[in-house]
Amino acid sequence: MKLLKDIRTIIFVCIGLCIAFSTYAQDNSLIGAGSTFVNPLFSKIFSVYESKNHVRVNYQAIGSGGGILQLNNKTVDFGVSDAPLNKEQTKKMGAQVLQIPMASGAVVISYNLPGLKTKLKLSGKTLGDIFLGKITNWNDPNIAASNKGVKLPNQPIAVIHRSDGSGTTYIITDYLTKVNSTWAKNVGKASAVYWPAGLGEKGNSGVLSFVKQTPGAIGYVELAFAIQNKMLFADIQNKSGLYIPANLASTTLSSDITNLPADAVVSITNTDNPNGYPIASFTWALIYKDQKYSKQSVTKATNLLKLLWYNIHEGQAYCAPLNYAPLSNSALKIAEKILKSATYGGKPILK
Amino acid sequence: MDNNKRLDLSYAQLKWDNVFKFILVVMSVILLIIVAGVLVTLVIQSSPTIKSIGIKFLWGNQWNPVTNAYGALPFLIGTLLTSFTALIISIPFSIAIGIYLGEYNTTGWLSNLLKNTIELIAAVPSIIYGFWALFVLVPIIKNFQLAIGVANYGVSVFTASIVLAVMIIPYAATLSMTLIKMVPSPLKEGAYALGATRYEVIKSVILPYTRSGLFAGVLLSLGRALGETMAVTMLIGNNSAIASSFKNIFFGLGSTMASVIANEFGEADHTLYFSALIELGLVLFFLTVIINLIGKRIISLYNNK
Repeated sequence: MKLLKDIRTIIFVCIGLCIAFSTYAQDNSLIGAGSTFVNPLFSKIFSVYESKNHVRVNYQAIGSGGGILQLNNKTVDFGVSDAPLNKEQTKKMGAQVLQIPMASGAVVISYNLPGLKTKLKLSGKTLGDIFLGKITNWNDPNIAASNKGVKLPNQPIAVIHRSDGSGTTYIITDYLTKVNSTWAKNVGKASAVYWPAGLGEKGNSGVLSFVKQTPGAIGYVELAFAIQNKMLFADIQNKSGLYIPANLASTTLSSDITNLPADAVVSITNTDNPNGYPIASFTWALIYKDQKYSKQSVTKATNLLKLLWYNIHEGQAYCAPLNYAPLSNSALKIAEKILKSATYGGKPILK
Repeated sequence: MDNNKRLDLSYAQLKWDNVFKFILVVMSVILLIIVAGVLVTLVIQSSPTIKSIGIKFLWGNQWNPVTNAYGALPFLIGTLLTSFTALIISIPFSIAIGIYLGEYNTTGWLSNLLKNTIELIAAVPSIIYGFWALFVLVPIIKNFQLAIGVANYGVSVFTASIVLAVMIIPYAATLSMTLIKMVPSPLKEGAYALGATRYEVIKSVILPYTRSGLFAGVLLSLGRALGETMAVTMLIGNNSAIASSFKNIFFGLGSTMASVIANEFGEADHTLYFSALIELGLVLFFLTVIINLIGKRIISLYNNK
């Protein structure tokens, strides 16, 4: 059985490689790899783009880490990641890499409290203490303080987190690191961390099914996933002290801030925008700044830049129907500038 | 002429004999090279953590990618505990099935049905077991955990062990069935002639005769249990903290080496983290080798008796 499985895997890999190579060889096709989070959105945008511009894009949703690795190996034209490159990854790339925001996503806090009619409100500090295992019951005064007038049940809290390394975990731990000093000291931010409490389940679906199954459970999932599955999720207190419901508009607003850096490599969790939802992040497309590397042709580089340009303009129209938050105006301006800075042998590609 | 023709034929036959032997040798050597290659790759890729953490990796009890503290102990405990619990649960079933199909009911529809069922158990993908357990077993274990005073998530080392036990039954069962069938009938007939009952024949003739083979089957099951990933990941809870009491370790959350590798490999974003995961694979590799060596030793002890 094992052998059969192995043979099957090998055949699939071979087919995959053949497809990859056959498309790679052509100038009017592009290959991307990375984040699974944006896969539904990108598939839609790319299929529309292909029918209009006859440039075929083969996007492989292998995870952010995989996308970065493939770009590093120069086996893809662009990578897509939910977390910005870390120091080590930047160093390994060898050449300068542009990180262009493509869309925003949010992470929501889902819970299972049978009998609770009103929507739960949580502050970042309390949320951190729950995930640290310091707050263990739903009737804790800290939770009650943000939910005045709500009768909270005497029910132990069951923390459910992701067991697999993921961009979702990176976003929530990045947020908790900013708002909870104990979390920052004991846990920190990464795509997989040492969880002081609770149980790990694989993928958004794993977390979802456990939250649904376990009374008293709390877990985090992507906004799009939560909307599709009609889950309840909490309003989170942002920097300005307001409790913000997670939705596409409040997620977009979280990147609508005046001090976005020119390279867009920024964490937008705990946003300064008073109406922004605080647990949000960009998804970045990664390309080499100078496109003249290995066998990359001018045509191909131009196609790539045009595609990404399309993504941040016309492509944004496909965000909302698929439950992704479009880029804010300030993010769009930055993204345009970054795309224009891409060169081929020193000459700018987009005019 | 006639003679010559025969001579030619035998030359051809001889040649084929050599070619055949050559093919066999090449195939076996390739297998050796693959295993050696895997080992070398694991060692090279894990050298960053071997250098920076050293032997402490084996008994370090924290796994923290943020602070780059890597210890395999929680996963070693999880792997050994799930595998051996599963083995202990599965042995009575696999040996009983082996005896029943090998001695009592070797032909007929019931026997065929049983044999096919066992093959089916081996053929079902492990994710199906995972899903079945999530919806059927987990709620039952949840009540059980509540009764014994452990955090009642439903998933636990124990839950994973039960499902693992079902998954590994076929390996020992089919091997023991084949071996029991192969016990020479003169031996059995002799015992019957002396007035032994069926149970006595099984106890004093068949089992002693097949002992080392049965043990080899058990070893095969164990190897499967050590490496199982998918179903275990879904059911073990993936928590790398070591609980304070045995009750909480066994009936509480845990994680295994294979499950951690599967979970975290894709997004391991810095060298040390990546290499720590590979070293975990290396530890699993050695663990399997050591367990197999011990097993071989026990088999040879049996055979010498």
